[in-house]
Amino acid sequence: MSEMILSAVPAAGPDDDYLMRDPTAHPPAFAPGYKTSALRSPRNALISLSQTLSEVTAPAFSADELGPLDGDLIRNYAKDGLPVGERTIVHGYVRDQLGRPVKNALVEVWQANASGRYRHKKDQYLGALDPNFGGCGRVLTDEHGHYVFRTIKPGPYPWRNRINDWRPAHIHFGISGSGWAQRLITQMYFEGDPLIATCPIIRTIPDEDQIRGLVAQLDMAATVPLDSRAFRFDIVLRGQRATWFENVLQSNPEGGQ
Amino acid sequence: MTPLLRETASQTAGPYVHIGLAPKAAGFDIFANDFGPVLTTPETQGERITIEGKVYDGSGTPVRDVLLEIWQANAQGRYAHPADHQPGKPLDAAFRGWGRACSDFDTGVWSFDTIKPGSVAGRHGVAMAPHVNLWIVARGINIGLHTRIYFDDEAKANAADPVLNLVEWEVRRKTLIARREQRGDKTVHTFDVRLQGADETVFFDI
Repeated sequence: MSEMILSAVPAAGPDDDYLMRDPTAHPPAFAPGYKTSALRSPRNALISLSQTLSEVTAPAFSADELGPLDGDLIRNYAKDGLPVGERTIVHGYVRDQLGRPVKNALVEVWQANASGRYRHKKDQYLGALDPNFGGCGRVLTDEHGHYVFRTIKPGPYPWRNRINDWRPAHIHFGISGSGWAQRLITQMYFEGDPLIATCPIIRTIPDEDQIRGLVAQLDMAATVPLDSRAFRFDIVLRGQRATWFENVLQSNPEGGQ
Repeated sequence: MTPLLRETASQTAGPYVHIGLAPKAAGFDIFANDFGPVLTTPETQGERITIEGKVYDGSGTPVRDVLLEIWQANAQGRYAHPADHQPGKPLDAAFRGWGRACSDFDTGVWSFDTIKPGSVAGRHGVAMAPHVNLWIVARGINIGLHTRIYFDDEAKANAADPVLNLVEWEVRRKTLIARREQRGDKTVHTFDVRLQGADETVFFDI
């Protein structure tokens, strides 16, 4: 027991449960300014359960499942040239709430092209498709929780909510960590975009600090001179609780284990 | 108080989630390896099942742009993850236990081809009834919804399941139980999700 007590920050074991989610960090299910949430939001309280193996486990992904260009949106759909737009590197760290790196997390991204148009059969916006831009990519975090991908800065675009609502330039992120309870989808915005202040989807988040956390900062140290600008976007997933004195997650009263 | 970082805020997956997570459904081919709704290979052990359903909004209309992921144990009741140390339950090298599906843009039907999972030990060693964990995102859903799919051919195990029994309102437990039917040689478990309304599905804060 003594060596456990001596360590200042306990190393979370894979079988520790995740910290309770703080609902104030997130938008409520029903946020009236984002009209589509009206009929798609549960109205009953979520049932809170004590985590089991079902919640603390999750699929693991390996590098050989990804292609060599999956993290390079400038090249992964290029047909007869390069996509149009601002060459941009996006990178950052995926950490848990205790600041520990989340290694081998799958980071999946998707976005509009420089005209604000998605390569999606349901997107009818006037902005032109770019024959050399697909708009999706995926990477794994390294042993420090770091991820990086390269892309074209997406354009803003109008959308039907109120009659003249515009989305600020954004990149969608899906993150799969080491536990099912960590699964998260979010959107990253760009420092200085004036549309951030009025976007109904951003405004679903009730907390200004949490909104700031979604705004990537220009990172001159990571730019490539004469080539690409860089933006830094760090992500925090739920942390794991330290269980020094009990581990009831799957202990067997019959003495199995 | 020892400070904790706050979890990054969730945002809706939006209407074009398919581009990122299921580009073939968005209408283009980009990755050599797509993550899809088939969890089995010929080598996978266990009873083949299809789980299918629709997700309905509060007006009763099928949600046709939803994306779902499932995560489940193998036929022995073992998760393919280092945290699972349950004794006597071998891993199946031909089963990862994870899949991703989109609803059909016209009908709203989604489906997974998988195997019936075995029972997994819950807290304090109390067995949980066989179940599949389901996560749902879409335009208009601000934070991914977690629920569980149980099976109506496991009535006895369901009655003793510690998570189903957490749902105080017995009438709501049925929203978590898929209905089995035989379609030719195919075993189909139908699991419809209601986001809102009288029969709103039970969603969990995990």
